[in-house]
Amino acid sequence: MKNHTEYLLSLIDITVNFEGFLALNNLNLRIKKGELRAIIGPNGAGKTTFLDVITGKVKPTQGQVIFKGISLIGRKEHKIARLGVGRKFQSPRVFENLSVLENLELSVSYPKNPLNLLKKNIIMDQLEEIYHLMKVVNLTKKNDIKAGALSHGQKQWLEIAMLLGQKPDLMLVDEPVAGLTDEETDLTADLLKSLAGNNTILIIDHDMEFIRRLDSRVSVLNQGSVLCEGDMNTIQNNQKVIDVYLGRPD
Amino acid sequence: MNKNIIKFNGKVKFIFWVLLIAFIVAAPALLPVFRLNLLGRYLSLAIVALGVDLIWGFTGLLSLGQGIFFTLGGYCVAMYLQLNSSSEFPNNIPEFFALYGVKDLPIFWAPFKSPLFTLFAIWLIPAVVAGILGFLVFRNRIKGVYFSILTQASLLVFFNFFNGQQKLINGTNGLKTDVTQLFGQLVGSELIQRYIFWITAFLVITAWFFSKWLIKGRFGNILIGIRDDEPRVRFTGYNPVIFKTIIFSISGALAGISGALYTVQSGIVSPQFMTVPFSIEMVIWVAVGGRGTLLGAILGAVFINYAKSLVSEALPASWMFIQGSLFILVVTTLPEGILGWLYSEGPRNLLQKFGFIRKIKTYPSLELNKSSEG
Amino acid sequence: MELLLDSLFNGVAIGSVLLIAALGLAIVFGLMGVINLAHGELMMLGAYTTYVTQLIFKLPTLKPFYNWYVIISIFLAFIVSGVVGIILEKTIIRKLYGSPLETLLATWGVSLILQQFVRSIPLSYGTGLIVSLLIGLLLPLFFSKKIKESIKFKYYKLASWSFAVLVGILSAELISSLISKLGRASARNVDVTAPAWMRGQIEILGNTFPKTRLMIIIITLISVIAIICFLNQSAWGIRIRAVTQNRQMSDCLGISTEKVDVITFGIGSGLAGVAGVAVSLLGSVGPNVGGNYIVGCFMVVVLGGVGNLLGTIFASFGIGIMTDLIGAGRILNIWPNMPLPLSNIINFFATTSMARVMIFALIVVFLQFKPSGLFPQKGRMVES
Repeated sequence: MKNHTEYLLSLIDITVNFEGFLALNNLNLRIKKGELRAIIGPNGAGKTTFLDVITGKVKPTQGQVIFKGISLIGRKEHKIARLGVGRKFQSPRVFENLSVLENLELSVSYPKNPLNLLKKNIIMDQLEEIYHLMKVVNLTKKNDIKAGALSHGQKQWLEIAMLLGQKPDLMLVDEPVAGLTDEETDLTADLLKSLAGNNTILIIDHDMEFIRRLDSRVSVLNQGSVLCEGDMNTIQNNQKVIDVYLGRPD
Repeated sequence: MNKNIIKFNGKVKFIFWVLLIAFIVAAPALLPVFRLNLLGRYLSLAIVALGVDLIWGFTGLLSLGQGIFFTLGGYCVAMYLQLNSSSEFPNNIPEFFALYGVKDLPIFWAPFKSPLFTLFAIWLIPAVVAGILGFLVFRNRIKGVYFSILTQASLLVFFNFFNGQQKLINGTNGLKTDVTQLFGQLVGSELIQRYIFWITAFLVITAWFFSKWLIKGRFGNILIGIRDDEPRVRFTGYNPVIFKTIIFSISGALAGISGALYTVQSGIVSPQFMTVPFSIEMVIWVAVGGRGTLLGAILGAVFINYAKSLVSEALPASWMFIQGSLFILVVTTLPEGILGWLYSEGPRNLLQKFGFIRKIKTYPSLELNKSSEG
Repeated sequence: MELLLDSLFNGVAIGSVLLIAALGLAIVFGLMGVINLAHGELMMLGAYTTYVTQLIFKLPTLKPFYNWYVIISIFLAFIVSGVVGIILEKTIIRKLYGSPLETLLATWGVSLILQQFVRSIPLSYGTGLIVSLLIGLLLPLFFSKKIKESIKFKYYKLASWSFAVLVGILSAELISSLISKLGRASARNVDVTAPAWMRGQIEILGNTFPKTRLMIIIITLISVIAIICFLNQSAWGIRIRAVTQNRQMSDCLGISTEKVDVITFGIGSGLAGVAGVAVSLLGSVGPNVGGNYIVGCFMVVVLGGVGNLLGTIFASFGIGIMTDLIGAGRILNIWPNMPLPLSNIINFFATTSMARVMIFALIVVFLQFKPSGLFPQKGRMVES
């Protein structure tokens, strides 16, 4: 146990077998508390499956996921979320028929049981938290607007705010800048960077410029396992990574 | 769904309520007995429609088996009434038992001798049955069309069960209530029926407010969240199974109350309440009235049933055609229903088309309520 | 041994009716995610088609071939129900793609209309209408390319429709004269009598079985084999399977998913028609005939899982055999010395309708262990 407490999250020898296709193959990964970690990899490297395993959506064929010293294998998604794993999806997924405020209310509300939700008003602390979050992602003016009417970038930010509202110990962020303008991308990178330190964040993305801007440790995934780890410069000069991304010259 | 577009001010609301209550109180004097009875029945159907709206309109679960819970409520009240007026029959048990040579009351009838137990059973038994069925289904993430056909299959299974059990509950003949007695009066008598009408009207309003309270805050929002994106709800840390089971159970309870009221007003409960068409009809009341608008469910139930009785009196064969077309039309052209269309930008769009009001360029709520800015 | 064989045969007979009825429903559900509540009414159309074919074969000129009318009616029923299904797909279901619950409600509306149509329109006029529709819609398909491309095409079309209407009126006349001669004019419930060679019993391994039951098993067998061949061998079959597995990708690869939908729905509906023929051999045909079978079909679909014919086949025969075992109380025959409380329970459920109750309970229990049916689709699913 002591071995694991040093790390917030450890994935040990994870293998996911989809009828003969190994989406993940003996994947090992450890993340320290407070770390900002980026995961990159070509298409089909298993990035999304990797998130699915942590959040309980996919059960690995073998291996262990240890989070805060507790095994996550076999736990239901909502239990894992309550333990402190928050996830932002690839395409923004917010509740489109609810307003910005209502979306955030749902993520901030605690405890997450029916009785608490039946109480008429959210408690004051949580309401303040919501207004704070709306300020962070710059949606205060739009609190009454249905999330479905927001622009793509605003939806991305609302989802990030919802993620923060859950106060997770570990934030899993899947392609947060897909479809954003350059300016929005920069803002998002700054936002995530400012969150690191207090929060442990794991970011999955394709966008190299964005990853460089994050200035974090990077893990490269290929064919279901970790190819190499290090900072951006190390990665970019690593021969194996170059081979994977550019194709091995014959 | 969007509750802010049409807003009545306090005065209009007050007058509306005064008129409504005055009408309810005076209805027995205004309407002939036959019409009053019909209105009472339709009002009781509005309660089951509210339940359908809660699970379908808000939570996205299309149940085609509400008839189960409706009928269970009806049987509960009918069993009490039968026992209450069986003293003159052989063995002091309801008359029909003698037909099948049953001499002892089946065990499960016994608690229905108590009026208090019956009052609870009417809604509690359907709620528990719905809860168990719902939990077993939701637990395995069975949803969408699968859920619908499973509920329909269970409806037919219950129908088969009730239809076949002569010795337990008089099988296909059902239980009559109009010739039974309550407080020394025949249940079918004008006096009792008048009180039942008032109780029905009161319960419709109570059920309406209860449903409104339920969906108003975060609880309602989570139901909408489940309807629109269930995995997201799960990853936010909520367990959808619990919420779905609760709301399905509540809709079962509403159906039970509705069935009990309907039974005492129609004078009989029988497995016919559990036929497939009746349960699907409940959905169309809500669809036409406007799903996700509770008032729409009430109005839909009352007006469609009223239309049904009018058309059936005049041209019996054509109702099926009308109803069939209604199903097709409402889902293809007016999926939000009439009230949903009124609440949304429907009328506004219509007026804009003819140039009566200015077009909105940005978000309606920003342009229409200037006060919300800032 | 004899008992077992008897039970097996009965189970397979019940199962094959279920299978033929559920086959079309399952194919459509697998491909489009749509449950067609009008499926039972398409079966009804097939059953009435059988009756009408039977009437026509009583004409003096066709009398010598009377024995074979059932075979002809299978093809006719397939075409009639198939065409009605295609009309349904093109007018309503296509509009509701992506909202399966709404489709469910709309098809229920269709089933109400079809039922009432049969109730209020005399059989002869109904036949006339269907005949004109069939000819009107199908005739242009046989025009030569030259005609199709000429500017006068619309006149040709008009001509073919007028021809269709004419034939429709004539056939309505024919049927009504036949009905007045041979049947009761206003009866909604009609009886199909099997030709002589299909009546009676047949002896296999010392047991006697009704021939009609055997015929239904054969019809089912042939339909299943035909469908499997179609799905596996023909170009459209492979396209259908492709769309079943990944609709978007198929679209990108240039498969017209619209055409695939129409063809699948047409075939599914046509199979309902064939099921109608089978059902008409079992009992009298009325407006509600389809409704009696639809819930059995649902149970098959739920138990079998989506997108896998094998699941449908296993589920049908499984339910069929269970129905016979429970409904006829055969468990008691197999195990006569059963302890009392258990045997009482078995007796309680030993009717056809109570067997349904028991089987449903068993299915719900089964779903607790295997929520997606007997043969679930595995692998990486598109995010739902």
